[in-house]
Amino acid sequence: MSTVTASPKKTGHPSALAEFWHYFSRNKGAVIGLAIFIVILVVAILAPLFAPHSPSEQNREALLLVPSWMEGGNSSYLLGTDAVGRDILSRLIYGARFSLFIGLVVVTLSVISGVLVGLVAGYFGGRTDIVIMRIMDIILAFPSLLLALVLVAVLGPGLLNAMIAISLVNQPHFVRLTRASVLAEREKEYVVASKVAGAGTMRIMFLTILPNCLGPLIVQATLAFSAAILDAAALGFLGMGAQPPTPEWGTMLAEAREFIQRAPWVVTFPGLAILITVLAINLMGDGLRDALDPKLKRS
Amino acid sequence: MLRFLLGRLAILIPTFLGVSLIAFSFIRMLPGDPVMLMSGERVMSEERHAAIMHDLGLDRPMPVQYLNYLTDVLSGDLGTSIVTKRPVLGEFLSLFPATLELSLCAIILAVVLGVPAGVFAAVKRGTWFDQSIMGVALVGYSMPIFWWGLLLIIFFSGYLQWTPVSGRISLMYFFPPVTGFMLIDSLLSGQPGAFRSAFSYLILPTIVLGTIPLAVIARQTRSAMLEVLGEDYVRTARSKGLSPLRVVGVHALRNALIPVITTIGLQVGVLLAGAILTETIFSWPGIGKWMVDAVFKRDYAVVQGGLLLIAGVIMLVNLAVDITYGFINPRIRH
Amino acid sequence: MALLEIQNLTVEFQTASGLFRAVDNVSLTCDRGEILSIVGESGSGKSVSMLALMGLLPWTAKITADRLAFDGKDLIGLSPRQRRNIIGKDMAMIFQEPMSSLNPCFTVGFQLGETLRIHMGMNRAQRRERSIELLKLVGIPAPEERLSNFPHQMSGGMSQRVMIAMALACNPKLLIADEPTTALDVTIQAQILDLLVRLQKENGMALVLITHDMGVVAETAHRVQVQYAGQKVEEQPVGQLFADPHHPYTAALLAALPERAVAGEKLPSIAGVVPGQHDRPTGCLFAPRCAFVQPDCHQGARRQGRELGEALCNYPLVKGVPLDHPAFAVKEGA
Repeated sequence: MSTVTASPKKTGHPSALAEFWHYFSRNKGAVIGLAIFIVILVVAILAPLFAPHSPSEQNREALLLVPSWMEGGNSSYLLGTDAVGRDILSRLIYGARFSLFIGLVVVTLSVISGVLVGLVAGYFGGRTDIVIMRIMDIILAFPSLLLALVLVAVLGPGLLNAMIAISLVNQPHFVRLTRASVLAEREKEYVVASKVAGAGTMRIMFLTILPNCLGPLIVQATLAFSAAILDAAALGFLGMGAQPPTPEWGTMLAEAREFIQRAPWVVTFPGLAILITVLAINLMGDGLRDALDPKLKRS
Repeated sequence: MLRFLLGRLAILIPTFLGVSLIAFSFIRMLPGDPVMLMSGERVMSEERHAAIMHDLGLDRPMPVQYLNYLTDVLSGDLGTSIVTKRPVLGEFLSLFPATLELSLCAIILAVVLGVPAGVFAAVKRGTWFDQSIMGVALVGYSMPIFWWGLLLIIFFSGYLQWTPVSGRISLMYFFPPVTGFMLIDSLLSGQPGAFRSAFSYLILPTIVLGTIPLAVIARQTRSAMLEVLGEDYVRTARSKGLSPLRVVGVHALRNALIPVITTIGLQVGVLLAGAILTETIFSWPGIGKWMVDAVFKRDYAVVQGGLLLIAGVIMLVNLAVDITYGFINPRIRH
Repeated sequence: MALLEIQNLTVEFQTASGLFRAVDNVSLTCDRGEILSIVGESGSGKSVSMLALMGLLPWTAKITADRLAFDGKDLIGLSPRQRRNIIGKDMAMIFQEPMSSLNPCFTVGFQLGETLRIHMGMNRAQRRERSIELLKLVGIPAPEERLSNFPHQMSGGMSQRVMIAMALACNPKLLIADEPTTALDVTIQAQILDLLVRLQKENGMALVLITHDMGVVAETAHRVQVQYAGQKVEEQPVGQLFADPHHPYTAALLAALPERAVAGEKLPSIAGVVPGQHDRPTGCLFAPRCAFVQPDCHQGARRQGRELGEALCNYPLVKGVPLDHPAFAVKEGA
């Protein structure tokens, strides 16, 4: 006779938030992304504290100055200066404000409009659904940047118009996602139960169905945030976004293009700033997807 | 299968009408007088204004204008460029092969590297190999390609002097276009060194344009593969005693390719958006640069026609992808 | 010597919240020509131990065993390649979900022929002939036409027949059937079970039948092994198990059979669920649900000898009365 003894010690079921953080933090990249994003956010908000110079201050003595660690650099201008003697670091710090602001506005606009339209399409179905989805198909038939470019050409170049254009281009993704989630949720027992209990249309749409579609929407919103930053920078680079002398990263790149051979650092740093910001957000997006998508959890 | 195709066509036609409506209303949404805009003139007499207005049909009711526009479009008349005074369709057709060549090279690069990378990452999931592949893919996915192009120019063209900076082929070579594909035309021309030159001009734009599709395809392949590897039929395949190569390369990949093909198809829109930036950076004479130039020169006829044509190309490619999808997915084929 | 011999098999999974032991020191033997049934609720680790034997668990599973022998060969020492020569040939397995166990992208003929080519080296004509023969054997009408079918064109019962045909392709010595009828309609269930028993007799192979259905056990098995929460709790020949179960869990399972219910009374059930990763008790794993639980059961459970069905219990039942149990001892003494 043998004795089979104690198995591992008892552990309670983790709470939802703890479980979310558990899955999120298991993805090391996501945590790094979150940390970088917070740093960028703080720097952007407190830009005047961090920037050594004014973003528009021109130093005629120091045009196209090399970064401070290179030979001939000046420690006052850590990342060097641009063609009119402005401190690149300070411009990058102020530029973070624009990029994050653009991302925030675009995501807010496209999420709100996209979710509303998607809820309506998915919940009511029938002809409403067909018409809405055909319109979304039409918007999606254009390459996003091309549509944004043409829209900006119509509305006139500028940051605000660029944001409107990018929101419009991003919106169909939210419509499709919301609609698909609603269609999947609509027939489930809990929705039927709430209908039977006498809940009104609005209540069912917003309080019963919507919270259950939030996971994929949050993930998509993160992706839209980074895509918006990239698109706005691309428009800026093409001269159709923020206009000089705005220290927007894409616009800075456009201004620096002609010095590409003479002063590569003027080109390098704004792009690096875009890449790091977008990468940090995308890293977070991957972590959110792992944490919020039940389909992937089992792995 | 036929029903599936008819269903796709039934969606395609209203979408095309909608796209044409957008292209049509674009000119009318612009601030300013459409007559002035379309003629490209700044000052004109009343009579001339009325004459042009009549010529362009702008004096008729909107629905009639739209029907006329649609008839013109369907008969191949997309208007005349305000700047060059050449037909928009002709300009498009002469520039499109350049974009097509670049896009094809980019998508081939993306598929050839992205699919195996995704498969290996899925099979070796959780290892340093998987993590580094996916790390690189995420960087690629987050890349502002206009900056990436400039960096490559600084390094390969500026510092190493390996590759040329702009254009499709060295000015030393000249031959009439036959296929419009510089790689093929340069071979057909028989001029020594022409192919080599065309190839060297193609490298950097291909890398730049292929970066994001490559990253997307690698990520999508990995996640499709991970999903498929957990399926019951993969377990069945393993229970038969098949080699891992056969289980992954035949049983799993065949299923994983179904969503990956869709992703590849969706990259066409990404490619054409990317072509706008890539062609601008490398002065590549394709439709992306053509559109940007048209926006800047306020050549609205070109913008209008280009918008419609590019959307048309994307819709056709999507239809082709749907057909391919139907063929590789037995559940739709039968 | 038994065809299949497993000693102290343990399977552990690394999960997000720690190590989970799905199979806990399970021993098992199965002779040639014998039907062994493994019974237990979901989560009792009955499938996992067989998947471990087949080498079908994901690499996150940690498998240890004192002995894992099949047909005189120790599987632990074999290279993956050598093991693949046995799996699918001498040892085959069918699964719970026939619809998802067949690869949706390949025809029945391809999936059948694959095994024949890999293990038997048959050419195309031989494969076709044998495939038709196999499909006939499992009772599929018009087998020639079925060969070109895709899985989605078949019903669940038909798919399971194809799965059985695939498993039998190389005349295996051991067939493992993992809940082969659970996902099927009741009428089809009996047909598939009859088919399995007939084929087992005709081919003289050993059959390990995993199920949670005591009715299935009674009709088919020669010997029964009961598993609970990853542990073997009892093992007996089928007649004796039904006549005199020694473990309270087995007794409770049998009492819950509708056939054994007393008319007019409520059908008994076992309160609670199989412990999972987070609520695993210390000591005897069945203690929280046991009607005869005593304080020392929370310390651990003793393994009884052969005569008591190797029951993992401190107070094994004999004719429904727990042996040496304080409560019953008092009654008897009084």
